[in-house]
Amino acid sequence: MRGEVGSRSDPGEGLLLKVGEAYMTTLFTILFDGVAYGMLLFVLACGLAVTLGLMNFVNLAHGAFAMTGGYVCAVLVNQSGWPFFAALPLAFVSSALIGVVLERSLYRHLYHRSHLDQVLFSVGLVFMSVAAVDYIMGSSRIFIKLPAALEGQIDFFGVGIGRYRLMIIVICGLLTAGLQLVLARTRFGSRLRAAVDDPRAASGLGINVPQVFAFTFAFGCGLAGLGGALSAEILGLDPYFPLKFMIYFLIVVTVGGSSSITGPFLASLLLGIGDVAGKYYVPKMGPFVIYTIMIVILIWRPNGLFGRTAAR
Amino acid sequence: MRTKFSLLQAVAGVALGVVALAPAQAQESVKIGLILPMTGGQASTGKQIDNAIKLYMQQNGDSVAGRKIEVILKDDAAVPDNTKRLAQELIVNDKVNFIAGFGVTPAALAAAPLATEAKIPEIVMAAGTSIITERSPYIVRTSFTLAQSSTIIGDWAVKNGIKKVATLTSDYAPGNDALKFFKEHFAAGGGEIVEEVKVPLANPDFAPFLQRMKDSKPDAMFVFVPAGQGGNFMKQYAERGLDKAGIKVIGPGDVMDDDVLNGMGDAALGTVTAHLYSAAHPSQMNKDFVAAYKKAFSNRPGFMAVSGYDGIHLIYQALKKTGGKTDGDALIEAMKGMKWESPRGPISIDPETRDIVQNIYIRKVEKVDGELYNVEFQTFEAVKDAGKTKK
Amino acid sequence: MSAVSDVSSHARRHARWRGSEIAFWILVLACGFLFPSRYLIMTEVLRLGLFALSLDLILGYAGIVSLGHAAFFGVGAYCAGLLALHGIVTEPVAALLVAGLVAAAVGFLTSFLVIRGADLTRLMVTLGIALLLEALAERFSDVTGGSDGLQGIEMQPILGLFAFDMFGKAGFFYSLVVLFVLFLLARRIVHSPFGLSLRAIRNNPLRASAIGIPINRRLIAVYTLSAFYAGIAGALSTQTMALASLDVFSFERSADLMLVLVIGGTGYLYGGLIGALVFKMLQEFFSSLTPQYWQFWIGLVLVVIVLIGRQRLHRWALWIPNLIIRQLSGRKAVIAIPEGEAP
Repeated sequence: MRGEVGSRSDPGEGLLLKVGEAYMTTLFTILFDGVAYGMLLFVLACGLAVTLGLMNFVNLAHGAFAMTGGYVCAVLVNQSGWPFFAALPLAFVSSALIGVVLERSLYRHLYHRSHLDQVLFSVGLVFMSVAAVDYIMGSSRIFIKLPAALEGQIDFFGVGIGRYRLMIIVICGLLTAGLQLVLARTRFGSRLRAAVDDPRAASGLGINVPQVFAFTFAFGCGLAGLGGALSAEILGLDPYFPLKFMIYFLIVVTVGGSSSITGPFLASLLLGIGDVAGKYYVPKMGPFVIYTIMIVILIWRPNGLFGRTAAR
Repeated sequence: MRTKFSLLQAVAGVALGVVALAPAQAQESVKIGLILPMTGGQASTGKQIDNAIKLYMQQNGDSVAGRKIEVILKDDAAVPDNTKRLAQELIVNDKVNFIAGFGVTPAALAAAPLATEAKIPEIVMAAGTSIITERSPYIVRTSFTLAQSSTIIGDWAVKNGIKKVATLTSDYAPGNDALKFFKEHFAAGGGEIVEEVKVPLANPDFAPFLQRMKDSKPDAMFVFVPAGQGGNFMKQYAERGLDKAGIKVIGPGDVMDDDVLNGMGDAALGTVTAHLYSAAHPSQMNKDFVAAYKKAFSNRPGFMAVSGYDGIHLIYQALKKTGGKTDGDALIEAMKGMKWESPRGPISIDPETRDIVQNIYIRKVEKVDGELYNVEFQTFEAVKDAGKTKK
Repeated sequence: MSAVSDVSSHARRHARWRGSEIAFWILVLACGFLFPSRYLIMTEVLRLGLFALSLDLILGYAGIVSLGHAAFFGVGAYCAGLLALHGIVTEPVAALLVAGLVAAAVGFLTSFLVIRGADLTRLMVTLGIALLLEALAERFSDVTGGSDGLQGIEMQPILGLFAFDMFGKAGFFYSLVVLFVLFLLARRIVHSPFGLSLRAIRNNPLRASAIGIPINRRLIAVYTLSAFYAGIAGALSTQTMALASLDVFSFERSADLMLVLVIGGTGYLYGGLIGALVFKMLQEFFSSLTPQYWQFWIGLVLVVIVLIGRQRLHRWALWIPNLIIRQLSGRKAVIAIPEGEAP
């Protein structure tokens, strides 16, 4: 850059322009990365928002479902030679299946227990899943072989855009829109909201509440599984995934509030952008940014950004 | 009456025999307390070393100089508090004759005062900070120091037309060592460091740091991340298009650990690192070692596995030399200056510093039979730890 | 007037020492002489027990959920470490007090953030504070040693008399005395009118404020006290191990603590101690059985505990001692765990 400055007629202005431009492209790249990261967090965590906010169950084992999806996808792609895009739905289905089995056999007995019992139980599940995956798949980090079309960056007006991250934004964006529609517009959405608001009245109206809950739980697990498969490339996939990212999921849910999915969605974006920007601009202070934002928001709005004002 | 008497005699005889045998049996077994991270983020290090030791004992039998070798494995999850307690318990309760392993520097340091106090050898099989062996006269290292490879890659970079380098290192003792020694040698040769980033040890996403690297437009980036994080790093390096921008990766070989190298994809091709071991090292001994390891554990051995393999070899040889005596001072004396041929090449224990002296190879990632390997193309022989030769 | 005397007589009746409690402490002391080769793990149990006790003070008595209690443990640990390393306060008992007070100060300052909000918010705010402190300790690695930890701490003899030995004997008895003294203090406090008012707040904050209990002030006081206890536990850890590392702030430490207390039961002070013993023994047992996969079995035990139900388990565990006591003295069930209804 120093060489170019001398050749210009007005060195000061040229430098400023150049610096400004570089600054803007960097800013866009960071914004883009942050949004992709945030979207990923949302897909991973929104199942937790559902179980916690709607069903009032503290499921710390949520990350374990994400990990399952990731490993299923990895095995299918790397060992059985499936195409990546065919393995993604399988990641969703397998996590959802495991979710529904566990919900029917174990979780449903605990809906009425204290939160501490639920924490103890789900942490136990996390420990078991960590050790089991370590036993079956080994403790090294694994990667999913990607199709060539998803590797590298596209140059968009000087802003480098990662193809993989672009795909994440597209998939997650579509999912979010779909979820919002289902919850707000469909019959199932209104049943779910009814079952949550007043389970007794809902079952009186002929809604099969346990079934609605089981389905919702399974769907949340499936989403986590999909998120796990997508995140292997960016966050890395190893047996400790559920423990490492448990905190991030909790932050998304508490900051976003758990009464709708808009809250967690915006919280994910905020967290994603804050994390990426914090690491870029103040690399040494990276973690501070996130935790400070979280504490400030929670002090300011104890029920989360979009939480219900009245305590449950 | 008579039968009773003979019965009594028999019982007494057996009892006497047991009493006579008991101390002999206790004499026979030599205990090695192996403390490794078997769970947590560093678990792959622990598993490689554990595997290599199992392999060695399979190949060479579980007794040496007439004494049985017994390995007691403990998991410290790379947390120094645990290491210290486990080492203490192994020494006090199990009466081990060696403590060995130590996945990370803090763990090795935490155990050092105990080795001194109990006068038993501490064999460091992984941790790579220079200062470790200075913390106790009973520490011997069979892994490596970061100074060994970082100084050499620093010199190499200068000679091969790399002028501007951005550095990315993990923020803990080995990372700081690597950075310090690389900077010294690189700057002495006239190179310039344009950007310096330290990433936290536990770090999920390299992307923003890599963006900083890219924006500083260096010729190459010097990278140290602990073994195991290398894969994730290279993925994001490629995703961010740093390979297309012509920014090469150089560094100590931890980032290109054989353990994960093959999963990194073609972005890793052409990466030049300096390190002590490559699974592609072209000696017959190494070929046999890699084949045996692959057969037993269906995975490629990395440099951690070799360090463990050499560590247990050192213990065997030292016991042979002392004739099975387990006096700490005698064992340390026996280890000093010991030379042998390892799968990584010829190595020896420096009699003054008790640190390892070994060849450092400059390697480039290439495809061999469809798999990625670090192919060695230049050798620096018998490199001592620069962290100590200086003083 | 009569209400006051009612309350105080009620408090006094509950504060009376029971035979089983005395037996418990005698048993703990006896362990020190029965298992001389296990001092280190026993010291760890005591330390964890003290730490769990500090969480019990806020969770069991005041109903404040915290997933970041390691913050105070860490402050205490680093404080004691730095005091010893730089030779500021070399006498361990004095250093212990200083470390505890510093942790209490941090507790007091952060209590204002914590008492706002409901369970989940508190959970996350406390967690956030612990993570922030961890990041701080990592950032100022020139002071704290960063990821390498504070190395090279040398401890002076306790009160200038008892030197720390490699076998951990001095460390064990030192920890035991500290734990016992702090336990007595905690016992006195929770049975005082102050302690009763805390329970009133936990059970129904609205009613408590209606009868004139200054809720916020009480919560701040107990939170500060709990931070003091946690700080002492942390300082004990540094002093007995001559080491402090970033791990003292870790989320895992806070989470394990929660498990310990929930296993043992909240709201009767002994829960933390029993939980610490059970948890450590399980961990030790499984990890010597399988150093790689012990987490699986711990997880299984946790799941089974919840599925069976904690109350039921406590009843089973106490069945034999109660049977013996009943046979001996003809009284009805003597030991019962008053399960504090946790939030």
